[in-house]
Amino acid sequence: MATNTAAGGINALKLWPWLIVPFIAIVLPFVFDSGHTINLLSHMGVAIIFALSYNMLLGNTGLLSFGHAVYFGLGAFVAMHLLRAINDAGGTGLPIELLPLAGAAAGLGFGVIFGSFSVRRAGVVFAMITLGLGELVHSSSLMFTDFFGGEAGLFGYRDEAPSLLGVDYAPSRNVYFLVVAWTLIAAILIYLLRKTPLGWMANAVRDNPERAQFVGYNPTIVRYIQFVLSACFAGLAGGLFVITNEIVNDEVVGQLQSGAVLLGTFIGGIGYFIGPVVGASLVTFLESSLSAHTEAWVLYFGLLFISIVMFAPMGLVGIVHTQYLNWKAGGWKGNTGIRLYILVSGLVGIFGLICVIELSYHYFRSWDPGAPFILMGISTNATHLLPWLVSFAITIIGFGLMLLHGNPLLKRHISANSDGGKA
Amino acid sequence: MTIRNALELKGVKKNFGRAEIIRGLNLEVREHERHVIIGPNGAGKSTMFNLISGRLKVSEGSIKLFGNNIHNLPAHKVNRLGLSRSFQVTNLFQNMTVIENLRCSLLWSEGHKYAFWKSVLGQDSVTERAYELATRLNLTEQLSTQVSLLTYAQQRSLEIGCTVASGAKVILLDEPTAGMSRTEANDVVQLIQRMTGENTLVVVEHDLNVVFELADRISVLVYGEIIATGTPEEIRNNEAVQEAYLGTEVH
Ligand SMILES: Nc1ncnc2c1ncn2[C@@H]1O[C@H](COP(=O)(O)OP(=O)(O)OP(=O)(O)O)[C@@H](O)[C@H]1O
Ligand SMILES: [Mg+2]
Repeated sequence: MATNTAAGGINALKLWPWLIVPFIAIVLPFVFDSGHTINLLSHMGVAIIFALSYNMLLGNTGLLSFGHAVYFGLGAFVAMHLLRAINDAGGTGLPIELLPLAGAAAGLGFGVIFGSFSVRRAGVVFAMITLGLGELVHSSSLMFTDFFGGEAGLFGYRDEAPSLLGVDYAPSRNVYFLVVAWTLIAAILIYLLRKTPLGWMANAVRDNPERAQFVGYNPTIVRYIQFVLSACFAGLAGGLFVITNEIVNDEVVGQLQSGAVLLGTFIGGIGYFIGPVVGASLVTFLESSLSAHTEAWVLYFGLLFISIVMFAPMGLVGIVHTQYLNWKAGGWKGNTGIRLYILVSGLVGIFGLICVIELSYHYFRSWDPGAPFILMGISTNATHLLPWLVSFAITIIGFGLMLLHGNPLLKRHISANSDGGKA
Repeated sequence: MTIRNALELKGVKKNFGRAEIIRGLNLEVREHERHVIIGPNGAGKSTMFNLISGRLKVSEGSIKLFGNNIHNLPAHKVNRLGLSRSFQVTNLFQNMTVIENLRCSLLWSEGHKYAFWKSVLGQDSVTERAYELATRLNLTEQLSTQVSLLTYAQQRSLEIGCTVASGAKVILLDEPTAGMSRTEANDVVQLIQRMTGENTLVVVEHDLNVVFELADRISVLVYGEIIATGTPEEIRNNEAVQEAYLGTEVH
């Protein structure tokens, strides 16, 4: 029993994010009370569940899927058909709060079917099969228009369905609270799954399928169960999406959707439970805010993704975590200033790069490159030399200071310190 | 009373493409014995282990574990019938800690299968056995050290521990002392004797000191065939063996 109390102590310490994050989530719509922001927050919730389910494959089991939207999307379509049936029946039937369960059941069912041949092999073969399946389902969505609603998609009305709790789901804030509740439930379940024999062996199979076999496990079955459960949660997210959006079309099963969840999960960090939470929130936020400000937002996405893959494969959460560990171990002593300097010069470089990209986009993409446009609050003409010179100068100075001055300075400082320690 | 055979290989052949690597191999390993396989480099010792453990498919012949045919079963099924192995190159769950490796190795033999409704840390019997194994392995100080940070000798011991943990009655160890110093090798030999107790043990080994210290019986594998099996004394005095193998190394 001694081990139990010890574990209890650790659990109490680890419990606080589970209280703080939902608390913030509940307070947010009172701080930002525009309908647009609340819808955005709802989308984040859906994206978080979807990304967490994706990381059950990528981070926990080492399976790279290019077609996870299949389970999200099919879950959404099944839930939508159910919602329409409820609408048609004059608002009687399954309470709207439980609609995501229909999506989850659909995700589970399709996971059982498609998973049975997807997980035979891991690695490249698995990735290719998921890619093919994704294409297959997406193209059938344009063929079987009765089920998928064709290009126009399918509509349903969430406020023309019974409510278990007697809540009116016309206002988007009420929908948002439902999203928060489901996100919390899904996150807790996915978190607990990691603690089970299956969750452990998923990690084991990711690390070394051969060794897993020699302790009695069939890697294919471990992957299969994990895949089915992951598809189930993806379907749940899809069902929730139906409630927030009230419309689904072929895009929900498409490659863009599959790509977005991969991007978000990876940007957040596949090695951490909260990685996908951070990544999915960020990607959803950027998608809606950047696309309002710049046409080049897809490019920025690509750049962010590439830089993470190349320089910080553990994702944004990984960067914060390593810096935190370093700081806790006293690695920041006497060089906090240098670290700040690197950060700031890097940000300056990024700022300059953004200016260059915006200028290029305007110059090459707009009808009249000479027309003035607003760049960083200043009216600029992309056919003049000056803005280009200034932008390039800022970029070069920023990155130059960071790479040629800040980084070596930090290295020298650290090695000087460790030498001093030895002496 | 006759002693039953733990392992029985009859006329086992294996070819990779045209090359016949195992050419009609016969071997009987008795229950509870410590059987050491020796032979020159490239003789097919590791390949034989791969065939027994289900990592490779047999081209011809049969392999029996306690009387059940096991050739061409997948590795996890062979393991569930009571056989486990270590590898010539360390083969652990590299991203996990020592205690996590031991827990993972215990899960199946403790009957937890693919359960996703109970917590691993809540299984007291797994915890107890994992800690007990760690003590016997002398790894109590490294419990929460990531495996990739252990010394080579520690990794090898842990691998033996994981092999034992999986509940197997027959254990195959492929060169457990390779690349170790004299003292490290001695430690490992003692560890093997301590850990494997009643189990049947089949060990591939190059180090002759280790061989004669560990073996109840020895088999000599040369060019894909067993040319002799016997007690250490018999093998030492066997002329064919001296010619084919020992003669070239021991003078
Ligand atoms: N997968 C394979 N494909 C083709 N040839 C192989 C394969 N595995 C092993 N061989 C060949 O089979 C022969 C026996 O290899 P094996 O690894 O079994 O030897 P060994 O007795 O374990 O030698 P060592 O003492 O060096 O470990 C070698 O010539 C090797 O090149
Ligand atoms: Mg070998």
